[in-house]
Amino acid sequence: MADMNRERHRTRETAFYLFTQQSLPACKPVLTPGWVITIFLFMGLIFIPVGLITLRASHSVVEIVDRYDTECVPEAFRIDKISYIQDDSIPKNCSRFMKVHKYMKAPIYIYYQLDNYYQNHRRYVKSRSDKQLLHGQKYHDTSSCQPVELNSGQPIVPCGLIAWSLFNDSFTFIRERAELKVNRKNIAWKSDRDHKFGKNVHPFNFQNGTLIGGGKLNPKIPLSDQEDLIVWMRTSALPSFRKLYGRIEEDLDADDVIVVNLMNNYNTYSFGGKKKLVLSTSSWLGGKNDFLGHACVIIGSSSLILAIVFTLLHLKYRRPHGDTSYLPWNRKSLSG
Amino acid sequence: MAKGRIRAKLRKSHLYTFCLYQGPNGKGQQTVGGPGFSRIVHCNGPQLQSERPFKYRSNDISTTKYSFITFLPKALYEQFNRVANLYFLGCAIASVTPLSPFSALSMIAPLAFVVGLSMAKEALEDWKRFMQDMEVNSRKVKVHTGEGAFGKKAWEKVQVGDVVRVEKDQFFPADLLLLSSNYEDGICYVETMNLDGETNLKAKRALEVTLDLDEDEDFKNFKGIIKCEDPNPSLYTFVGNLEYNDQVYALDPSQILLRDSKLRNTAYIYGVAIFTGPDSKVMMNSTNSPSKRSRIEKKMDYIIYVLFSVLLVISLISSFGFAVEIKYSMPEWWFLQPQEADDFYNPEEPVTSGISHMVTALMLYGYLLPISLYVSIEVVKVLQATFINQDIHMYDEETGIPAQARTSNLNEELGQVDTILSDKTGTLTCNQMDFLKCSIAGTAYGSSTNAVELAAAKQMANDLEGKVELDAVVSYSEKDRQSPIKGFNFEDSRLMNGNWLKEAKVEDIILFFRILAVCHTAIPELNEDTGSYTYEAESPDEGAFLVAAREFGFEFFQRTQSSVFVREKYTASGKPIDREYKILNVLEFTSKRKRMTVIIKDEDGQILLMCKGADSIIFDRLSKDGRFYQPDTTKHLNEYGEAGLRTLALAYKKLEESEYSAWNTEFQKAKTSIGADRDIMLENAAEMMEKDLILIGATAVEDKLQKGVPKCIDKLAQAGLKLWVLTGDKMETAINIGFSCSLLRQGMKQICIPAIDSDVKEEVKGAILKQINNGSEMIKAEKDPHAAFALIIDGKTLSYALEDDIKQHFLDLGVRCASVICCRVSPKQKALVTRLVKLGTGKTTLAIGDGANDVGMIQEADIGVGISGVEGMQAVMASDFSVAQFRFLERLLVVHGHWCYKRIAQMICYFFYKNIAFGLTLFYFEAFTGFSGQSIYNDWYMLLFNVVLTALPVISLGVLEQDVSSEVCLEFPAIYQQGPRNLFFDWYRILGWMANGLLASLIIFILNIVIFYNQAFRAGGQTADMAALGATMFTCIIWSVNIQIALTMSHFTWIQHTTIWGSIAAWYLFLFVYGALPPSISADAYKLLVEALAPAPMYWTATLLVAITCNLPYMTHIAYQRCFEPMDHHIIQEIKYYRKDVEDQHMWTKERSKARQKTKIGFTARVEAKIRQIRAMMNKKH
Repeated sequence: MADMNRERHRTRETAFYLFTQQSLPACKPVLTPGWVITIFLFMGLIFIPVGLITLRASHSVVEIVDRYDTECVPEAFRIDKISYIQDDSIPKNCSRFMKVHKYMKAPIYIYYQLDNYYQNHRRYVKSRSDKQLLHGQKYHDTSSCQPVELNSGQPIVPCGLIAWSLFNDSFTFIRERAELKVNRKNIAWKSDRDHKFGKNVHPFNFQNGTLIGGGKLNPKIPLSDQEDLIVWMRTSALPSFRKLYGRIEEDLDADDVIVVNLMNNYNTYSFGGKKKLVLSTSSWLGGKNDFLGHACVIIGSSSLILAIVFTLLHLKYRRPHGDTSYLPWNRKSLSG
Repeated sequence: MAKGRIRAKLRKSHLYTFCLYQGPNGKGQQTVGGPGFSRIVHCNGPQLQSERPFKYRSNDISTTKYSFITFLPKALYEQFNRVANLYFLGCAIASVTPLSPFSALSMIAPLAFVVGLSMAKEALEDWKRFMQDMEVNSRKVKVHTGEGAFGKKAWEKVQVGDVVRVEKDQFFPADLLLLSSNYEDGICYVETMNLDGETNLKAKRALEVTLDLDEDEDFKNFKGIIKCEDPNPSLYTFVGNLEYNDQVYALDPSQILLRDSKLRNTAYIYGVAIFTGPDSKVMMNSTNSPSKRSRIEKKMDYIIYVLFSVLLVISLISSFGFAVEIKYSMPEWWFLQPQEADDFYNPEEPVTSGISHMVTALMLYGYLLPISLYVSIEVVKVLQATFINQDIHMYDEETGIPAQARTSNLNEELGQVDTILSDKTGTLTCNQMDFLKCSIAGTAYGSSTNAVELAAAKQMANDLEGKVELDAVVSYSEKDRQSPIKGFNFEDSRLMNGNWLKEAKVEDIILFFRILAVCHTAIPELNEDTGSYTYEAESPDEGAFLVAAREFGFEFFQRTQSSVFVREKYTASGKPIDREYKILNVLEFTSKRKRMTVIIKDEDGQILLMCKGADSIIFDRLSKDGRFYQPDTTKHLNEYGEAGLRTLALAYKKLEESEYSAWNTEFQKAKTSIGADRDIMLENAAEMMEKDLILIGATAVEDKLQKGVPKCIDKLAQAGLKLWVLTGDKMETAINIGFSCSLLRQGMKQICIPAIDSDVKEEVKGAILKQINNGSEMIKAEKDPHAAFALIIDGKTLSYALEDDIKQHFLDLGVRCASVICCRVSPKQKALVTRLVKLGTGKTTLAIGDGANDVGMIQEADIGVGISGVEGMQAVMASDFSVAQFRFLERLLVVHGHWCYKRIAQMICYFFYKNIAFGLTLFYFEAFTGFSGQSIYNDWYMLLFNVVLTALPVISLGVLEQDVSSEVCLEFPAIYQQGPRNLFFDWYRILGWMANGLLASLIIFILNIVIFYNQAFRAGGQTADMAALGATMFTCIIWSVNIQIALTMSHFTWIQHTTIWGSIAAWYLFLFVYGALPPSISADAYKLLVEALAPAPMYWTATLLVAITCNLPYMTHIAYQRCFEPMDHHIIQEIKYYRKDVEDQHMWTKERSKARQKTKIGFTARVEAKIRQIRAMMNKKH
């Protein structure tokens, strides 16, 4: 036992000595032409298949997009869309037809897409109170919610610009006169529902002020079940974004025509934002985006090309590895 | 004590004719008491000095930068003197306002950490200095405490006016007025090596009136008043007078003992402290050690400026964009409630918003300027310094002293040195003279190995055989000639052990040895332990002669007032005989006379003149008959000279009684005369006697080089470094050393600019300029590529050459010469030459020295290196690095310097790369948020990015990277040139790295936002929000920068592996742990990894794609560069990688022999020159 300890001690001492003398055993890889070509080849061989697989996944996704912001404003109001949307007395319902061009397998995700909408603006992002969302009125310090913090002296739950500007267009889908069942549960992140939005926190004093922003909330339903709000409050990274609205849990066949009855409530007209409705299936990778696949294929092929170029260069201008004639004192230009 | 008494009977002045003469001294005395001469010292009355105006500064010295009180403000000031830190301070202050895009903590914490760490380092270094001061201040000296009693006191307690007793081999604690010594005539010997580097002892002499004060009790009632000049830095002047017993006596520099010089060959002295502590001359000479910064660090400032400009530009763009958005878009963005907006978002006032946004932007993009850069560099440098301190190859086993990096600021500067300025004594040489060879009566004795010729012959033989054996060639003349006797290194059995009795010219040999034993001014001292005698001589040469005479059997064992006693061991009878030689006259050595003569009467009544001196001087004074041995001796002297030995010729003549007495009357007359022409008269008298001499032989004494010096100089020369030797010694000695160090060689054209005797300044200057121009012309006209020039210049001339109008010419000449030797230079001149080289060439200079006289140059040079292990610590204290021996300089520069330079250069480049890659993504994203200053990353990611997530790999790069191993660095010194040529930190490279960073940031940002554009990114159909996209982008950054550093490194120990892969793992770990914390803490990162990212294949695919794409350009670049435009280290790495060095030994040695810079100095160059010479001769014959 003592021997082993001493042994271990000695090894440790030697290791430390080697460290201080900077002579620890080390691997010193050298980028020899062989390695260079191998690495490039290897990268090509990885990326091209990966790219093709992701492309395939992306192609398998069927997506239908319908822009409705302009179409859903009656002809008469198209000159002044803002007064139309701000006038509560005008009915906002609207019908759209969407044609399924390819078989869509359930679940079919329903997204609404907004453009030119700066959900990532600093003033906007900051204007929320996570603690209030979780603890409700028990939590008093909501100064971060400026400017939507209080209304007539009463706290607003949920406070802040994000909640206040809640998206409130609504959609119903009819196929062959039968309403398609839209599942609006479980559209938000599970962690948000379970841990970030209070189960006992109910909307209070919400949209009661002079300025009405977006949608209203049912004060009877706790925040943790207000999934539209939860989805909305995951602020998007870019000014153009989609958010999940619900799922159609039936397959749609090619050439099905779907009637969408929507309430066009939300004001994007002030800032010229577009509104789109998107139906999309999903693959194992997610939604439809060819870019990832293309990028992989491009990088993979560039690597392959580089591998070939290096091979050719080497065949032509071969420099024997470790050839001493390249040492500076052997080169004429320098030794001169 | 008893011994001292016996010796005190000697009147040393008997031995001295020329110096120490005290003529009437009126000059300067009238000024005493006037302005600038106000100091009044009450001898033996320190209590009188306690009140103004006589209260002078105390004797404690302080070289620390800070005191307890000033530390905080001063150190903080130093810290915020750095541009980057000041900027971060501004950010930290602004971060408490609502303008801040981050939480205040994330701005203040890193700054506090960085500044705190740097300050702690400063404090530690200052503490060390403080401890060293403490050591000096608490040295003990005997001080008169009253009533004739002396007690020990710490140096710092010594006051002006104190009478102190300093004993042999002690340092003087303050500038003292010498009152008396153990010698009757008040002479004492002082070693001033610490002041001016001269090794010869200097004699000081007390005033006659104070000679009686040579007992402790005598000071009971001693009173006196010294009125003298105010403290000043001039070492060689002193004006003052002493009022003693109601009389006024003039004082001059020969009574002044300076602090930091050492009492030698004298048992004790008494003195009065005149200047103490900071007032003392040596302290007045010391300048505050300047804080030095390396070239890389200075350049880094410019990079910071560049980045700061970039920062300003993008902040301006951002603010402008913001103002435009505020004015035109904001009113339409109802979801932001523009009508309720406060000042920052008020559409009515876009200008105000824009300006306040500027502050936000400056903080947001602060990641372009790496806050942790300074602290990382500091950590790296401290670790590098630890490696230097720990290096076993720079550890001197004899003294047990390791190399030490005293400041860690300059590690990388070691890799860029262009010129080395070296002191001689104590640095190149040991300050020990060894008797090595002699030529007696035309026969050379002593082992005669000429290393150069041997090596040349060997290499030529090898060349003929067609193979090169470098190791054999460069077997420096370093065989262990360790002799057990100090000062004697003679090997020749013909003379040893009395064998000379069998030699042919035995009479001459006896005479030769007698001259050695008799012609000197030394005093023998019996070493009671060994029973043999040691000698206290003025110069080490003389000591070496006496030791040699002793070893040959002529032991000088006693000196009385009038006689010298020599015990002759080997006689015809076989019994030792004691012989007495009556000393009639001594004409001692001065630098002007360059000879020494004694006139003696031996036991037979024969009067003999014995003379030793410089060969040229002696040869001029030979009689016709005395030239018999001259041709042979001259030949030997030349050989000795080329080997760098110090030579003296020995001669004698026999005198008739009448002849002598006639001369002696003349001489005595001259001696007793008073007046200005006394010196001339004495000299004339001496001249009369020292003629018609008979040459008997010559001696060769080796100024012993320190171990490994020639080899080290050779390697340094091969590494392309220039070496200038600056020495306080005289020209002859300096040239000797030049030869023994291979700085000079036969056939090298020496441009000598000796001192010019003229009082007219213009004339002197003109003459110097002419000589300099002649030298330059000569070099220009030279066609032979192998021709080498050496510049040797005297200190006096140098003082003119350093004046503004000539110095550029001087420098130009010096730079073109292969070696430069400056002789008799003062400490000030050393510093001036250093400054001239430093500023004139604009290249990095390194000064190395051991004594206090080198302090100026050590401080002035870009890097100062001190030789540790000698008694005075001043040089080491002032230095940036200290090594125990000169030879360690090779490893310090060629290995550590090279490594540190590349490490720091690569590390800084990488640092900027990674911060640009990261910081710019913030900017791009901001452009997508309406320039509102929103960051896509969680505050914590950003906080941890520099401090934790990417800190360790870059530190491991900075500490452990090795392009080639230390052995290869030493074998291929030419690789060192990468540093002085600055191949790794030029703008091309820096901008290249920045461009790489820019490219990486673009790739990371664009790929990510397109990949996560707006479609579902995971099962469940959810789209990516800001948190998910931010975390993904951050993951890509972490991967990219870590792969990048892995590509940069070429040396992976387990530490590098751990730090790189550990950093990546740490990011995931952090994201996991942070996400597991309750949402009130983790906010948008709550369960991000577990719930959203990890299960999403898109996240992993994107990471892979982005990380590889970012590094593809760099990878292609290095692959191309290595394949088609390889650098030195690439090839060597490859040779090592393929183990070609093992398989093909021949090639390896051949390359090694070629891997030298073209050099004209050093042993190897000398061997080559010799080979050329031999070849030329052979060609002639054919």
